[in-house]
Amino acid sequence: MTDGAPLLEVANLRVGFPTRTGMTEAVRGVSFTLGREKLGIVGESGSGKSMTGRSILRLVPPPGRVAADRLAFNGEDLLAASERRMRDIRGRRIAMVMQDPKYSLNPVMTVGRQIAEAYRVHSRAGAAEARRRALEMLAAVRIRDPERVYDRYPHEVSGGMGQRIMIAMMLIPDPDLLIADEPTSALDVTVQMQVLAILDDLCSRRGMGMIFVSHDLNLVASFCDRILIMYAGRVVESCRASELHAARHPYTRGLLASLPRLDGTGGDLPVLSRDPAWAASGPMDGVDG
Amino acid sequence: MTAMIDIRDLRVTFGRGADAVAAVDGVTLSVRGGESFGLVGESGSGKSTVLRAVSGLNDEWTGRIEVAGAEQGTKRPKGFFKQCQMVFQDPYGSLHPRHTVDRILAEPIAIHAMGDADARIDRVLRDVGLGPAFRFRYPHQLSGGQRQRVAIARALVLEPRVLLLDEPTSALDVSVQAEILNLLRRLRAEHGLTLVLVTHNLAVVANLCDRLAVMNRGRLVEEMTVEELRRETAREPYTRQLLRASQGYDRAVAESFRDYA
Repeated sequence: MTDGAPLLEVANLRVGFPTRTGMTEAVRGVSFTLGREKLGIVGESGSGKSMTGRSILRLVPPPGRVAADRLAFNGEDLLAASERRMRDIRGRRIAMVMQDPKYSLNPVMTVGRQIAEAYRVHSRAGAAEARRRALEMLAAVRIRDPERVYDRYPHEVSGGMGQRIMIAMMLIPDPDLLIADEPTSALDVTVQMQVLAILDDLCSRRGMGMIFVSHDLNLVASFCDRILIMYAGRVVESCRASELHAARHPYTRGLLASLPRLDGTGGDLPVLSRDPAWAASGPMDGVDG
Repeated sequence: MTAMIDIRDLRVTFGRGADAVAAVDGVTLSVRGGESFGLVGESGSGKSTVLRAVSGLNDEWTGRIEVAGAEQGTKRPKGFFKQCQMVFQDPYGSLHPRHTVDRILAEPIAIHAMGDADARIDRVLRDVGLGPAFRFRYPHQLSGGQRQRVAIARALVLEPRVLLLDEPTSALDVSVQAEILNLLRRLRAEHGLTLVLVTHNLAVVANLCDRLAVMNRGRLVEEMTVEELRRETAREPYTRQLLRASQGYDRAVAESFRDYA
């Protein structure tokens, strides 16, 4: 952390959805602070990891309800911010990259114009300046021929290129915090590594904080600085990424054991048997980085 | 042991004229009876297209395909599907949403006029670890792992000799993936099945297969045993790159990647 105040403070975050049988809680009391670091949030489907990411930007779809003792970005209370103020924060200060570029890009607008638009919404730059910056950004995410790609439509680019375009669009307003929700899960492994390298460089060069939401334990362990492991809407364990292999919570250990390994023996994999106590108990004391 | 699946110079081309794309560009491979064979590659490598040509879902191919000693044409006789069944990636998309598990499993039995549907459905449900309680449920009442078990049961109910699996665990959580991989291993041993598994996940292949082939851009790059995969003794640079990419993020490794034509 470069300065004293954390970039993001989350205390007792709760996200609930009303149903016929009462409130269903997707996130049940999540707390963490984030500096200028890469924080991984891992968990299986339904663990509440995506909802945690979305609630920071107040993007939980209605009728979902978000409550927290504290949800502050650079000391500013996000829950009390007006919708107008949130529009200002979204994109410019906190950006979000979603999993699938196919559904996140506008299909009837060239990718270059979409990136330039993202820039012009948040600055008062003219069209020529926005175009120049968009081309720069395309080069920064290592697209070989930015001029040619600028005039393409989303269906004319590959998945890996689409995801790089998304990242270019999210980073052009120079945000302080990037929330990436499974940003590379739809990509081939080699492309995945290249996109992560771009994010890694941008984080270290710009001093950006990052929340990396993923189901892939090994990927998060090798990419992030610190990890939160979520289960049934709670953080069950938090540890330094380099120490994930020494995780203590039975859920984390069970997940790690159930992964097939390249150098494994090929026998039966240990199957996770879930303990109802995991969902009930609070976070376990971990090695908090 | 003789070959259960034998493919010679398989070619599949999509599009015509200048737009023609050779999705599979001269693939030759052979899978022995009782073997578990992995077909690995990145998207667009043609691995699924090979599987679809073998299964009869794609009839625009040239070359030679032999399954269980019989040469296959573009149109398959009904008996072929009794021997060779397929399980798809997405258990949310591959089951009819308005059919109960019972009806889903009864349909192949009726098509092949096998009779004794009641006992067969009961047996196959136990076989995939679901039990009779699941018989009259709809797919939306099941979890992803349970749905994939139903999809495997649907393939298995015909008592096939070959099971073609297209990314059977990539839509599932890792804890559920472990259960399905264990199930496939057990079913293979109990029924003497030949498995062909298409996946991008090398660790899954290392867990379930005996042998594998790596594909890139429609061509077969390399065939190797799982022992060689575990020891990471790949011959081809493309395979070595794929292996490095599967071992987690490393800044320096990501820098070294290049395109292999």
